[in-house]
Amino acid sequence: MIEFFTENKDMIFIVILMIFVGVEVIGKVPAVLHTPLMSGANAIHGVVVVGAILLMLNTETDNYLALALGTIAVFLGTLNVVGGFVVTDRMLEMFKKK
Amino acid sequence: MNLEIQHIIYLLSSVTFILGLKMLSNAKTAKKGNSLAAVGMITAILTAIVFHDGAVSPLVYGLIFGAIAIGTVVGWLTAKRVQMTKMPELVSLFNGMGGACAALIGLVEFHHNTSIPTNMAVILAGMVIGSVSFSGSMVAWAKLNGTLKNAIRLPQYNLINTAIMFGLFAYSAWMVWVGTADEIHLYILFFASIAYGILFVLPIGGADMPVVISLLNSFTGLAAAFGGFLYGNQVMLTGGILVGSAGTLLTLVMCKAMNRPLFNVIFGAFGAGTTAASEAGPQGNVKEVGPSDLAVQLNYSKKVIIVPGYGLAVAQAQHVIKELETILESRGVEVTYAIHPVAGRMPGHMNVLLAESNVEYDKLKEMEDINPEFAQTDVVLVVGANDVVNPAAKNDPSSPIYGMPILDVENAKACIVNKRSMNAGYAGIENELFFRDKTQMLFGDAKKVLTELVTELKALD
Repeated sequence: MIEFFTENKDMIFIVILMIFVGVEVIGKVPAVLHTPLMSGANAIHGVVVVGAILLMLNTETDNYLALALGTIAVFLGTLNVVGGFVVTDRMLEMFKKK
Repeated sequence: MNLEIQHIIYLLSSVTFILGLKMLSNAKTAKKGNSLAAVGMITAILTAIVFHDGAVSPLVYGLIFGAIAIGTVVGWLTAKRVQMTKMPELVSLFNGMGGACAALIGLVEFHHNTSIPTNMAVILAGMVIGSVSFSGSMVAWAKLNGTLKNAIRLPQYNLINTAIMFGLFAYSAWMVWVGTADEIHLYILFFASIAYGILFVLPIGGADMPVVISLLNSFTGLAAAFGGFLYGNQVMLTGGILVGSAGTLLTLVMCKAMNRPLFNVIFGAFGAGTTAASEAGPQGNVKEVGPSDLAVQLNYSKKVIIVPGYGLAVAQAQHVIKELETILESRGVEVTYAIHPVAGRMPGHMNVLLAESNVEYDKLKEMEDINPEFAQTDVVLVVGANDVVNPAAKNDPSSPIYGMPILDVENAKACIVNKRSMNAGYAGIENELFFRDKTQMLFGDAKKVLTELVTELKALD
């Protein structure tokens, strides 16, 4: 347990601080913006695609199963990122005109 | 050197995520915030590829760029082409894709890490949460687009679901404890997680889907953060945790708007109440009104409030309603819209929809602001909304929606309700408003009857 903490203390610091930042940042959001906000947050967790890319970069060329799954993961992650940001942008476009 | 540059860029990307999310919670800056976060994301992705240390074969680069290119085109086109009314299910779909991505990472990384308990725990946690988020989002998506109509409940589903949840936890813990390298356990865990996601969302009613999607959204954030832990990648960690925590808060805020504790949403207090309420059956007779009579009534009103609901979205009637507003305003009738916090299938859904048909932003009034105005209103036109105007929420403690704040349409001089039929609303309960003396029903598809109404109004001039 102690060992785990000392080995990962930077990461644990980030986690704890980010929890507070996340709560603070959303603060007093008006109901009108709930959907775009959810959609925007949805796009941000698409950052998981970075993990899929790292996985691919570290995979040996002859490990076909890993390469195949990794490629699908990169594809799905990209879908999450691009779709997420574009759809949020379209929603917000509706509000902007006025 | 590469590593230092990478760290600095990841830090900047994390800052764009935080700022972007902050800006997204304010109407004026929201659009810029979204773009800012998108720029941060692109930078982070490029950094991961460009500053990678070690030899990588062209094949791998080809696969990565190919997958990104196809994903971009597909994601872009889907997001651009989707109708505004289908927005909520699309968010759910994209969320599921993120969850699947996290799950796949776990499946592949398992082999390399069976000897290190910490890594294994992180991998399994990411995979389980990602899988649950994936299958859950798919069910939510199917429910929102109407493929899955009803809440399906196994007998004792709460017990079963809770048991599976603890089972998943115990199984993962056991795998880490013995440090098994046997893939069969990995796949059992994977499929059990998928099954849990399905069983978790299936019993929850369609009206609660926004809350569920928001919750699954924070799950995916968490899964991404576990990935960040595994790779020691700060941007994944910050982005993931940020969404995880902000998403959880957003879920709670949404629940508060509906005046329902999250516990009830997940463990289905709705389900228990529904049967009791529907046994009561229809009470008394309803009065019907036709478009031509209604046209006259509206023409001679001073103040009209329109209450839009999901029915409006389904019928794609947002443009006709704008037309109706324009005509009435030209006749000197004051028209405003009353937006319930959970009108439609997602908070803010109606605002987006009406903004699309050029309804002015300040004509859309939130519930607290408009409720005192109903008493001075001649006609309230409820279009495809039901539960948000159900008086049972106020005066029937046995009703499953009891306690949810509603729009006080009953205070108006007359109330016109447009519905396709007398079927119950999404919560599956009767609405006594329809049987009130002041209420008249305008049956039919919203777009069709409103178009007729507009034609009649034009003829009156």
